[in-house]
Amino acid sequence: MEFLSDIASLINSTLRISTPLVFAAMAGIFAERSGVIDFSLEGKMLMAAFVAAVGSYFLGNPWLGLFLAIVACVSLSMLHGFASVTHKGDQVVSCVAINILIIGLTTALAAAWFGQAGLTPTLNEDQRFLEITLPFADSLRDVAIIGTIYSDILSGHYIFVYLAYLSVPLVFWVVFKTSFGLRLRAVGENPSAVDTAGINVFAMRYKALAINGVLIAFAGAHLSTAVNANFFREMSAGRGYLALAAMIFGKWHPKTALIACLLFGFTDALQIRLQGVELPAIGTIPVQLIQAIPYVLTVVLLAGFVGKAIAPNAIGQPYIKER
Amino acid sequence: MATLVDKSKVPWWVSNLIVPFVNLTLALIVSGLFIFIAGENPFEAVKLIIYGSFGYIEGFAYTLYYTTNFVFTGLAFAVAFHCRLFNIGGEGQAYIGGLGVFLVAINFSFLPVPIVWLLSIAGAIVFGAAWAFIPAYLQATRGSHVVITTIMFNFIAASLMVFLLVDVIRDTAQMGPHTVAIPEEQFFPNFKDFAALFGMKIRYSPLNISFLLAIVASFFVWFLVWKTRWGYEMRAVGHNTQAAIYAGISPYKNIIIAMCVSGGLAGLLGVNEILGVHHKIVAGFPAGYGFTGIAVALMGRNHPIGIFPAAFLFGILYQGGSEVTFDMPNITRYMFVAVQGLIILFSGALENLFRPQIESFFVNKLNREIKA
Repeated sequence: MEFLSDIASLINSTLRISTPLVFAAMAGIFAERSGVIDFSLEGKMLMAAFVAAVGSYFLGNPWLGLFLAIVACVSLSMLHGFASVTHKGDQVVSCVAINILIIGLTTALAAAWFGQAGLTPTLNEDQRFLEITLPFADSLRDVAIIGTIYSDILSGHYIFVYLAYLSVPLVFWVVFKTSFGLRLRAVGENPSAVDTAGINVFAMRYKALAINGVLIAFAGAHLSTAVNANFFREMSAGRGYLALAAMIFGKWHPKTALIACLLFGFTDALQIRLQGVELPAIGTIPVQLIQAIPYVLTVVLLAGFVGKAIAPNAIGQPYIKER
Repeated sequence: MATLVDKSKVPWWVSNLIVPFVNLTLALIVSGLFIFIAGENPFEAVKLIIYGSFGYIEGFAYTLYYTTNFVFTGLAFAVAFHCRLFNIGGEGQAYIGGLGVFLVAINFSFLPVPIVWLLSIAGAIVFGAAWAFIPAYLQATRGSHVVITTIMFNFIAASLMVFLLVDVIRDTAQMGPHTVAIPEEQFFPNFKDFAALFGMKIRYSPLNISFLLAIVASFFVWFLVWKTRWGYEMRAVGHNTQAAIYAGISPYKNIIIAMCVSGGLAGLLGVNEILGVHHKIVAGFPAGYGFTGIAVALMGRNHPIGIFPAAFLFGILYQGGSEVTFDMPNITRYMFVAVQGLIILFSGALENLFRPQIESFFVNKLNREIKA
């Protein structure tokens, strides 16, 4: 039985840890399907975490914090669009600029406003999201298997966890089943053909970036107002890049990207479990090396042991309208 | 929409001096706004920056010490960028490069000191290049984007080095995660020692002869990229891969060489930090210099002649910035990380913001002068 509950808690943490990755990967799909590279997921996630924590602290309501985080992330997406869509600047440079700017700005402002070396004050229960216990979770706990799955794995998560997994079919529907999605994908594959059909390429890319900003804001708010009760320096810890790798590994497709995100989440959950555990034949693996596993996995996945990833055709290229 | 300008009619100083200057000014104006938001007076901050970096001899020496680091990492980013590769792994390559310096210095200490120095420099280059090789190889063969792989290699380098510093090469007599010191005769001559030769008594500063190495590296990069056949091939791949393939140039080979040269240059940061300053490996010694290199290279338009002054400017910002953080409690060094981000934004991504207007302004002005 102890083995079973170990597995249950591992799956439970996998779902929780994968949540910001899933939001970020879905955000990345919108930007990149429209032909705009988005390495700035990392910076935007960090910005959302900062704004959500600070907003919630001052306004006393995590939903208002989330709203402000959305505003901040959409603004950053618009900045990225302004530089790389309107002014045809280099998309990767724009992303690197946003990431470095946000690492500096969030920590500097946290220090200036709260004087705690890049921390924001701890949020109380009213200022953060709490775990949701699903109905009947307590009474079903003792039922074999169903009880474990329902009460120990599915119940007791933050709202963002449920929203993240609901967003996947929604993104799939929007991208592959609506006319908006068709245009979105066409803009990323062959913008001049879309332009010929009378659709505004620039407007499509800005719309995609706006959706991208909304989705990534959820990832950041999850970090600072749900799993943690404050913002701390560089708390996104490379998750934006991991999500991007998951998206590429998932071939810019929501379902496969979700699987890759869960794989990352599982590795991370396992990594935490393995710390300090004596393994047969190997002994205790030093904690620093275990912590590097998700990053090594990213490189391994990107090296593409399942075939070369084919990006949207027009990715990274600014669209220049002919006159 | 500004009218399109004939590029050949734009004087070189407009596109290479005026436009970067305008972009830099915009970045600094927004930075001032941030300092204001943080609750301090931006004009006072500028005064402190100028005093801290020029006001006294040790401050100026610190400025040049930072300049040295930024020249290395700036050149590193620039070389890869000429092949259209975004090597943002300078941080990790510098970290591993430092390991190379240390291992050589500690294991070859029986050799004459100048030879140990040369070998240590070679060690920095080889280790830095090796750390860049895997992302380069994956980019060349599998198309794995170097931005993600090099960032991951930064994280992996940090984990690996902390592991080594805690469990393998740690100085067990001390508390902190760092190694034993290299033999004292191997320390690079410090600026203070030079000043003493001329009878000047000054206090300690980390400036050392690595500064000369930075000058040598700049000449080397200029020669390599613009004066050799390989440099030409590499730029051809970066400019138009298809055309390069058609001309018989292998993008595969050039991607790998460009990244390895880039990693080697980043590794040289370890020479300055270990032979010149710490004399041992200290956890986290690259301290963000690798990322600053991106801003330096983009501001310097990826040319050594531009990178050197850009590195100097960042040296001023760093050294002056520490003066600011000392005197203004609301400003931390992270404010200057944000400033770097703004400089990358305005002189990199948004470099075309006012370029058409500025260029057409000067071209029209020149045309009028010719007619008159």
